[in-house]
Amino acid sequence: MDDFSYQKPSTLGDAVEAFSAADDGVYLAGGQTILPVMKLGLAAPEEVIDLNGIEELQAITASDSVISIGAMATHATVAASEDVKQPLPALASLAGIIGDPQVRNRGTIGGSIANNDPAADYPAALLALGATITTDKRQIAADDFFLEIFETALEDGEIITKVDFPVPDAAAYMKFANPASRFALVGVFVARTGNSVRVAVTGAGPCVFRVGDMEAALEKDFSAAALDGITVPTDDLNADIHASAEYRGHLIGVLAKRAVEVAKENGDGQ
Amino acid sequence: MPKINLTVNNQSVTKEVEGRTLLVELIREGLGLTGTHIGCDTSQCGACVVHVNGQPVKSCTMLAVQADGADVLTVEGVSPDGGLSPLQQALHEHHGLQCGFCTPGMVMTATALLNDNPYPTEAEVRHGLEGNLCRCTGYQNIVEAIMAAAKEIRG
Ligand SMILES: Cc1cc2nc3c(=O)[nH]c(=O)nc-3n(C[C@H](O)[C@H](O)[C@H](O)COP(=O)(O)OP(=O)(O)OC[C@H]3O[C@@H](n4cnc5c(N)ncnc54)[C@H](O)[C@@H]3O)c2cc1C
Ligand code: FES
Ligand code: FES
Repeated sequence: MDDFSYQKPSTLGDAVEAFSAADDGVYLAGGQTILPVMKLGLAAPEEVIDLNGIEELQAITASDSVISIGAMATHATVAASEDVKQPLPALASLAGIIGDPQVRNRGTIGGSIANNDPAADYPAALLALGATITTDKRQIAADDFFLEIFETALEDGEIITKVDFPVPDAAAYMKFANPASRFALVGVFVARTGNSVRVAVTGAGPCVFRVGDMEAALEKDFSAAALDGITVPTDDLNADIHASAEYRGHLIGVLAKRAVEVAKENGDGQ
Repeated sequence: MPKINLTVNNQSVTKEVEGRTLLVELIREGLGLTGTHIGCDTSQCGACVVHVNGQPVKSCTMLAVQADGADVLTVEGVSPDGGLSPLQQALHEHHGLQCGFCTPGMVMTATALLNDNPYPTEAEVRHGLEGNLCRCTGYQNIVEAIMAAAKEIRG
């Protein structure tokens, strides 16, 4: 890895300033993606700006209707947080099956969504729950945030500060983990709020996406049986040594059904 | 070069490091504590696991400067006065290692697991070991050793 200069600002303003002053700067959160990328020589920044010194990015708060998670909250913190577990067990358990314990102790929600790995778990939760991403500049709806593989709506130097999740009536996440990496081979997050249902799929395509046909069927009848016969076109799905596009397409259906069943148990049974 | 102060196995350490120095490099090369291994250097294998402020992390995936002010525990620090910890003893008795390359990381991960959860189920132990690869044992004896150590520590 090439050397770089390192700084650890304690305010958001100082971090943004450090980034704009740098010729070639990069933010460091949990480092579980960016450090491996730098070791491979795929990134060689001159300035590394560590966000771990900014206290306001750590907080998790919850009201009856919204859970707000600071960008620097680690996966382990989210998994263990009573403020998340009580109202939204699906999100806490998603955080608790990301990677492995060591990755969860360092990796953050902000880093995960900024990176937008096509097999990452959090993007499915943000999209299915209709979360709002707050940055140092603005608010972005999850629907407008995840653009394409490793691409988001973030501008150069923009910092995610927190993610707000509206609390649904019922929700669940089902993941078929790649046995080697633990990333999602396919992951499906289902959320129902009143009569509105959202189904988001990660791992299967180049970027997280919603499945409109499933949402419409579940809005009529929130049961696993309502998904019988609904398929997702496989043309745009990922195919690699781990699974074919057809296999991934099949998993979407299986996992969506399981997610609906668990959501009914997790939720208030309405 | 940044100068950092940290505690390693209860001893305070002051070192100058480059920005790019990894925590595992500081531990092995800077401090000569070679019990912590480098298996993959790509964040996969867990041979390099140490505790930072009580939490297990992969020391190949953290910068040494990020450990400034932290309390670091390596495998050299878990055994009381040259003896074996109950977990190390259990790994020995249950044949929980063959070549031993993964063992320091296994010890650090399992020590943290048992600190957090003195009554783990076998499934919780296996979930807890997802970040530690072993190419020899097939895990079975490692899991048995951790379950036995849990019982021993509970008394
Ligand atoms: C072995 C292993 C297994 C993994 N398994 C999984 C898995 O199963 N599921 C999964 O979802 N992920 C998995 N991951 C990825 C992990 O969750 C990472 O932690 C995550 O993708 C990146 O988060 P980070 O905090 O480490 O970010 P970093 O690596 O520090 O940063 C990643 C990128 O995001 C940018 N960034 C970070 N924070 C912000 C911010 N607040 N605002 C703007 N930009 C920011 C950085 O500049 C960088 O470009 C795994 C990683 C490893 C090493
Ligand atoms: S050497 Fe750190 S995870 Fe393999
Ligand atoms: S004992 Fe050889 S790798 Fe685990």
